[in-house]
Amino acid sequence: MKSTPLTALDVSHVSHAYGPRKALDDVSLTVGTAAFCGLLGLNGAGKTTLFSLITRLFDNTSGQVRVMGHDVRRAPKLALQNLGVVFQSRTLDPDLTVMQNMTYHAALHGIARRDAHERAIAELARAGLKDRLNDTVRTLSGGQTRRVEIARALLHHPKLLLLDEPTVGLDVGARRDILSHVRTLVDDGGLSVLWATHLMEEIENEDAVVVLHQGKVIENGSASEIVARQNADSLKDAFNTLTGLAKDKAA
Amino acid sequence: MTHGVAHYGLPGYLRCMMGIVWREALRFFQQRGRFIAALVRPLVWLFIFAAGFRSVLGGSVVEPYESAVPYEVYIAPGLVAMIQLFNGMQSSLSMVYDREMGTMRTLLVSPFPRWFLLSCKLLAGTVVSIAQVYVFLAIAWFWAITPPLGGYVAVLPALVLSGLMLGSLGLLLSSVIRQLENFAGIMNFVIFPMFFMSSALYPLSRMADANPLLYHLCSLNPFTHAVELIRHALYVQFNLPAALITVGCTLLFVTMAVVAYNPSKGLIARRGGPRG
Repeated sequence: MKSTPLTALDVSHVSHAYGPRKALDDVSLTVGTAAFCGLLGLNGAGKTTLFSLITRLFDNTSGQVRVMGHDVRRAPKLALQNLGVVFQSRTLDPDLTVMQNMTYHAALHGIARRDAHERAIAELARAGLKDRLNDTVRTLSGGQTRRVEIARALLHHPKLLLLDEPTVGLDVGARRDILSHVRTLVDDGGLSVLWATHLMEEIENEDAVVVLHQGKVIENGSASEIVARQNADSLKDAFNTLTGLAKDKAA
Repeated sequence: MTHGVAHYGLPGYLRCMMGIVWREALRFFQQRGRFIAALVRPLVWLFIFAAGFRSVLGGSVVEPYESAVPYEVYIAPGLVAMIQLFNGMQSSLSMVYDREMGTMRTLLVSPFPRWFLLSCKLLAGTVVSIAQVYVFLAIAWFWAITPPLGGYVAVLPALVLSGLMLGSLGLLLSSVIRQLENFAGIMNFVIFPMFFMSSALYPLSRMADANPLLYHLCSLNPFTHAVELIRHALYVQFNLPAALITVGCTLLFVTMAVVAYNPSKGLIARRGGPRG
């Protein structure tokens, strides 16, 4: 492999439109290696469209997306090998067991069955779910399902993990567990993470943050920098000022 | 090209294909209701409908049969094709469902080329449909549908072809329809016309007597050719025109489906793709 790039994800000048409706307008952002980056935006800000472009569900019509230095459009195979994804909607097969779901995903990355079993056990152990291997997904709680999805996304040892609002619909405890699990993966495992959310409390001061609003990046920097720049008390206030929510409220 | 134990070379392709087929089979046999429904449907036609219409052929001899055959013997190959037609449409339903549930997305983020992933999905559906067909043929054997033993072997390649054709049609439709409830539309506008406007239930010569225009439509219907391919193979005969038309339609439908799922040219990009 060539020298490791400093950025795990490099999105540069990406725009996308569905017909006349512009969903993304000249979006640029980077996620450093072994870094946690929060992508903040309200519903409809363009987060899911951005994820679709990074995962090559469809191509960017303009601009460039690079995963570990590989252009998603020109070298999709190399880019996708380095990418793990946890989608917003639940994507495990509820009728199959945890292990069956894991081996299916492993096959999609050409991993042999025996290796798949070993890796699945290792990843599930890391997620604290080793004892649920042979249970059907239907019997798991929401938080457990999410953790299985994260374990699954890591089976092929990607360098970059994308999570699209992974804590939606979970209770406070499960939300905290998942967040701290992913942060551990960043700190100990050197994983790079792009975490899309609209929940400010999931972001810490030193995290890199990108604020997406109506298809545009309107702020970019560490959480504490953004708070300072906006002269706000908290990230939530800063976000509200940036997206005009504060104005709406005052009016 | 390896990535740890992840393997994206030839063995990787094979493992990927096996994995997709295995998942489809697992899902099918776990949904026992679906398996039983898939069997009951053609059996109802065979046991009840065919009994009622027993004399409909009126002693006429049609290819590839050597003498006049009872109606149930005539419609058995058509019912085999019907199993595959329903299966193809049902897997397209599961694609729409998958897509809404997001499972389609997990398939499409695999690093393997998209045409390959879609082909594997297609193959998986075909394998499942063939399993259903053989179970149906085994039951039909007790109902005096007894083609020569060699026919059971000769029909396999025909089933692969027809399964791929009907599956690829389903795949194409799955890229066009977005909503789950549109499957009712598929029933009305695809399954019924295709089935009734074919040689599955009556020899086309009968249709020619009744209505020449309908006869022409029937002979243009790809499903007619799938039925005839299966019918001839089951009696160890090869119907070249039917085989060529089935292959041609398969290639056409697969190409159109791959284009529809293409990341830059496809419909998904224009319409925003699956939600979630």
